Amino acid sequence: MSTTLPFASTETHPNYLNADYGWKSWLFTTDHKRIALLYLFSITAFFFVGGAFAVCMRLNMLTPEGLFSHDTYNKLFTMHGIIMVFFFLVPSIPATLGNFLVPMMIGARDLAFPRINLLSWYIYIIGGIIALTAVVEGGVDTGWTFYAPFSSTYSNTHVILAALGIFVSGFSSILTGLNFIVTIHKMRAPGMTWSRLPLFIWGHYATALIQVLGTPVIAITMVLLGLERLLHAGLFDPTVGGDPVLFQHLFWFYSHPAVYIMILPGMAVISEIVACFSRKAIFGYGFVAFSSIAIAVLSFLVWGHHLFVAGQSMYASMAFSFLSFLVAVPSAIKVFNWTATMYKGSVSYETPMLYAFGFIGLFTIGGLTGLFLATMAIDVHVTDTYFVIAHFHYVMVGGMVMAYLGGIHFWFPKITGRLYPEGWAKFAALVVFVGFNLTFFPQFILGYQGMPRRYAHYPPEFQALNVMSTAGASILAIGYLIPMIYLTWAWRHGPVSPQNPWNAKGLEWEQSPTPPPTFNFDHQPVVTEPAYNYSGQEQEVDVGG
Amino acid sequence: MLADSEMILAPHEPELQHQFDDSAQQLETSTLGMWVFLVTEIMFFGGMFGGYTIYRNMYPEAFASTSHFMNVTIGAINTGVLIFSSFTMVLAVRSAQLGRKKALIAFLILTLILGCVFLSLKYVEYHEKWVDHHIPGPGFHYADPRYIHQAQILFFLYFAMTGMHAIHMIVGAGLLTTLIVMAVRNRFSATWYTPVEMIGLYWHFVDIIWIFLFPLLYLIGHTAK
Amino acid sequence: MSHQIVSVKVYAAVFSALLALTITTVAVSKLELGEFNFIAAMTIAVIKGTLVVMFFMDVRRATSMTKLFVGAGLFWLAILLVFLLSDYLSRGWHPSLRWL
Repeated sequence: MSTTLPFASTETHPNYLNADYGWKSWLFTTDHKRIALLYLFSITAFFFVGGAFAVCMRLNMLTPEGLFSHDTYNKLFTMHGIIMVFFFLVPSIPATLGNFLVPMMIGARDLAFPRINLLSWYIYIIGGIIALTAVVEGGVDTGWTFYAPFSSTYSNTHVILAALGIFVSGFSSILTGLNFIVTIHKMRAPGMTWSRLPLFIWGHYATALIQVLGTPVIAITMVLLGLERLLHAGLFDPTVGGDPVLFQHLFWFYSHPAVYIMILPGMAVISEIVACFSRKAIFGYGFVAFSSIAIAVLSFLVWGHHLFVAGQSMYASMAFSFLSFLVAVPSAIKVFNWTATMYKGSVSYETPMLYAFGFIGLFTIGGLTGLFLATMAIDVHVTDTYFVIAHFHYVMVGGMVMAYLGGIHFWFPKITGRLYPEGWAKFAALVVFVGFNLTFFPQFILGYQGMPRRYAHYPPEFQALNVMSTAGASILAIGYLIPMIYLTWAWRHGPVSPQNPWNAKGLEWEQSPTPPPTFNFDHQPVVTEPAYNYSGQEQEVDVGG
Repeated sequence: MLADSEMILAPHEPELQHQFDDSAQQLETSTLGMWVFLVTEIMFFGGMFGGYTIYRNMYPEAFASTSHFMNVTIGAINTGVLIFSSFTMVLAVRSAQLGRKKALIAFLILTLILGCVFLSLKYVEYHEKWVDHHIPGPGFHYADPRYIHQAQILFFLYFAMTGMHAIHMIVGAGLLTTLIVMAVRNRFSATWYTPVEMIGLYWHFVDIIWIFLFPLLYLIGHTAK
Repeated sequence: MSHQIVSVKVYAAVFSALLALTITTVAVSKLELGEFNFIAAMTIAVIKGTLVVMFFMDVRRATSMTKLFVGAGLFWLAILLVFLLSDYLSRGWHPSLRWL
């Protein structure tokens, strides 16, 4: 049993890192901060597994005739999608930064249900192992969307294993969401009214609502898919009267809100970063807070935009199209408000803020292209092309992953008690930005020109842009590897961080030591200020309860 | 002398976990947590109710045909059994509130027995279906050739919905057993009986699912041609 | 929530009502009422479910937050069912436009 951590904790005050040593103290912990780190390491591992599949895919796309057979390529993009969506994007910020910060930001000692928190990590790991087993056993080739009847009847790959992995990991997501909802309702410190909550909390609350309401439906969909594969009753088989579109309805009922599970926490992080590095309260706090809730609610009303060409009724499609336009409004409100926050703020360009800038620009592009896709007349032409792929990578990678990196950097001192090397971090952010755009912008053009997605081989006229995209991907890969190196280095060898290196507002920065003690605070915080009180106002008139 | 076999436990300190300030907060938190979980269960079953609704709408004649094979008698008895078990469960919670250990244990055992009666009758039903070759899969066979395929889809949904419900009953039975053991070991008192209350909520929820499953699967379509 | 302990009488009354409604729904199902069979069965089921939620699960005396969550759960189920049905029921509206 080791008595030292692999990384040094130099703080002499007792903190959550040096409170106890040994693998048992980590694997049986109920401390939300340690659980956040358990998630951080596992999620990072899955990111690189999913990334490895992406590398293979981009290598394949260098030439029109490709490197792999059609069957193998089908498996590559399927596993890339499954791992990235279910084992990286969905848990990412909530399970890492959310777990670490939600109790701290509201002034609580822990989440409402610490043991359920640990259970959710174990469930995630079990689901992940099942999914990896599917990979090792030869993969799945249905696409991460598992469309029937191919997935239910004709595919000869390990669909049931993959579905089981997703089913299991879904419960991890549900439990995290449940924990956050109850915690935010019941565990706020005295004086922490809803209207004083950091927007990070509002964002995670909205995310948790989606996790709780949506994930059960993908769970039952995976069950039905698995049973159908076993019994061949015909639930989704058109040759015997089943309806494959029913599968798509049930699948997307979750999977569309799921993309908001992925982006809302990213937006939550951006709000914190923009406020801190503009030295200004977020403009229109109420609007931003309610926009998170609005996104959560509206996200459930738009799933049919994935079924425009699937045979869905035209009238339902029109309704879904209109509602999809509507859901863009609260997202746009956030972008306007972040921008307004920076206006006449005292903006500085530390790494988290660089990622925030990247997020705002790239998410806007991704979001706007979403509107093109919501327009039925355009969607008919660009659906199932690289246009869609570019759209969601702009929001997910240009948006979410950048927010994730920004958040990791912003709270790195709080989590580790160390400072990361700012020079290298800025450089890596730049590499990521350049690599990302070089990878995915050509894909908008490719899609518009008609290149279909999920094709292992393509007509030669598309090669130039594909080569550009692959070149970009290699730069992006480097951009992701650099932080892995310096963050790991900094955890061991970085300079010791002061309590509040950014001079940020928020209970986690102002009233908790760095790194925090196991129960987060030395004294129960009592809140008297609004959030983001960068202008040093006295207690504001409390308009909310 | 106590008039009957009531044993009133002396109130002891409720088990306060470190993250809570007081036991009221802990109880409210647990209750909200259980309700959030039940909301997830609504959506979980909802997916199957959705599929059922679509196919019933799509194939009304096949649905009418298959509904003749639903054992209304067993279904009705089972409904009564579950309602009765909800009644005993609520009395169990009430006994806990009053600190009556023996009554608590008795009602929990009664609820468990009723749950097992339900599951046994379910087994009888499933066995009937197996004999009739109505279980979807390679052994499936349906008498009316017009509706073979559609009937298999409908029976698939029947088994998926009642099967998922039965799994929840089995889990409930396990939870009840845990409660009984805890009660026997004096873990509950009039001031702390949260697990009893929470598992009670779960049990009632599973009852409500059945309250909807019963008419949808067994009763409607009977009079259709 | 145990502010005031509910009497056995109330629980027994609810229990009897539930049994009575079960008998009723079985009886009604034997009658030939066409579309109304479905409506009747669902109405009775909703009443039974409401009784269980309000009395056995004590939502009647619960906090507004609890009531909100119960309502939200049911509302979300409604979203799933209604939007799902909106596709299937409207597919046949204008056959000439089905190519879309």
